[in-house]
Amino acid sequence: MWWRKLEEKIVYFMMLISVASLVALLLAVLLSIFIKGVPYISWEMISQTPRGGYYFGREGGVLNAIVGSLYLSTGAVLLSLAFSLPLSLAMNIHLRTRRKTVNRIRFVLDILWGIPSIVYGAFGFTLMIYLGIQASLLAGIITVGIFIMPIMVRGMDEVMKNVPVHLIESAFSVGSTRMEVAFRVMLRQTIPGIVTAILLAFGRGIGDVASVLFTTGYTDNLPTSITQQTATLPLAVFFQLGSPIPEVQNRAYASAIILTVIILIISISVRMISKKYHKII
Amino acid sequence: MAMETTKLSIQNLNLWFGKQKILNNINIDIPENKVTVILGPSGCGKTTLMKTMNRLVDLQGGARTSGKIILDGEDILNTRRDIALVRQKMGLLSQRPTPLPMSIFNNVAYGLRLKGIRGRKKLTPLVEKHLIEANLWDEVRDRLHDPASRLSIGQQQRLCLARGLAVDPEIILADEPTSALDPISASVIENQFFKLKENYTILLVTHIMRQARRIADKVVFMYLGEVIEQADVHEFFNNPKQKMTRDYLQGAFY
Ligand SMILES: Nc1ncnc2c1ncn2[C@@H]1O[C@H](COP(=O)(O)OP(=O)(O)O)[C@@H](O)[C@H]1O
Ligand SMILES: [Mg+2]
Repeated sequence: MWWRKLEEKIVYFMMLISVASLVALLLAVLLSIFIKGVPYISWEMISQTPRGGYYFGREGGVLNAIVGSLYLSTGAVLLSLAFSLPLSLAMNIHLRTRRKTVNRIRFVLDILWGIPSIVYGAFGFTLMIYLGIQASLLAGIITVGIFIMPIMVRGMDEVMKNVPVHLIESAFSVGSTRMEVAFRVMLRQTIPGIVTAILLAFGRGIGDVASVLFTTGYTDNLPTSITQQTATLPLAVFFQLGSPIPEVQNRAYASAIILTVIILIISISVRMISKKYHKII
Repeated sequence: MAMETTKLSIQNLNLWFGKQKILNNINIDIPENKVTVILGPSGCGKTTLMKTMNRLVDLQGGARTSGKIILDGEDILNTRRDIALVRQKMGLLSQRPTPLPMSIFNNVAYGLRLKGIRGRKKLTPLVEKHLIEANLWDEVRDRLHDPASRLSIGQQQRLCLARGLAVDPEIILADEPTSALDPISASVIENQFFKLKENYTILLVTHIMRQARRIADKVVFMYLGEVIEQADVHEFFNNPKQKMTRDYLQGAFY
């Protein structure tokens, strides 16, 4: 029996190593950004727009990018939601009897999920030319909206798929229509999962550079209209890091911290929402 | 014996899942305001038969049927009418209770709202009425707005009964409704069926012989997708015609 114990120890040890290296990696990433960026975090950084241009200017902040990113991601999430929610409900209620069709849709969504965001950026760019839209908040919202849709749909689909068949059947058995089952039962039952999927998609959207690179443009001003160019945090990091001026490079790290904190807040709220929900149920 | 009216008549019913034939030439007349019990070993198609009656099989991919199910002169298996309305004529109680993700009150009100009844003033007395009918009122009157999931399994099953009754069905379909329950909750449900049959036609699937003896008026014995024997309860238990029925009653197979 000694080898069984040994086996158990080895597996345990391997688990320990992988958990430890994951945590170490996370800390290393966070620390490297925080050490470089924290000295440059200031109230000015998050409350003002840049002065002297984002590329050369050493004054002001990145409020334009913070606001731009929030607008962009919110817009993209709303756009994506308008398609994702009906699609995932249809996949799990209306198309219930067509398992093959649903699995094909899932397959396509998984492929879309795997496509790198730069491809969505290029697609968005082509679409803009085709529709005759300039680089703008709107173009960015459309591109990011398409980019995060597979993530959102599959996130929602995954929770809806796991709703017990009995529950759906009993809702039908009292004479509900498919719409009633979808909105009064399925939606209620899966709300926390849906919120999680939305926040996950939001996090992916707000952190992505490649999809906004050609589509939103960049500006030092706060966005005032969806037809105008807008700054975003990932691009703020990208451009400032590319500046030859060391102070501007440091501001890139500060911007990265801001972006990271926004994403951390989202991730933590996802956790809290699902925990709280489990308590109610 | 008193005159019986047939409430629901199953005629030459066949059902396939893909290529596999699950129900084979089923013919059953279900008498009005009586309890008809379906007995049979597990896997013989009892649940499928129930789900065919309220067209829940439609939700399962690959199911195909032939034959007729006549309810009040209408063939509900092939009707072109809205299936949701057909389903409202039957309340279904499944093996495990399935409370909807909402409060106790709203679980019962769900069915009422489907029927177009709106507003607290109209809903409240009806919710109470159906909770009383399901023998649950006294236990939940003070916590109607708690989530239904907080109830015990036995209470949840009675809540499902109340929800089913709320759509004002004529038939109650119960598929081994007590099999997941403790003996006390099970006997509460059983007793409720006794009372409910005054106003409802009840179809009950069970594998508990004692339960069948106690509440059945008519018994149908199924085996491998076929009806082997159907008879009045006394006739069925005291004088079964088929050898297979006798074997089953003696516990030769389950
Ligand atoms: N959705 C389905 N697809 C294919 N076969 C099924 C499906 N549902 C049930 N069956 C089969 O139909 C037969 C009858 O099942 P069921 O009606 O659940 O029996 P019972 O309720 O009497 O135990 C079983 O052999 C089962 O495997
Ligand atoms: Mg069954």
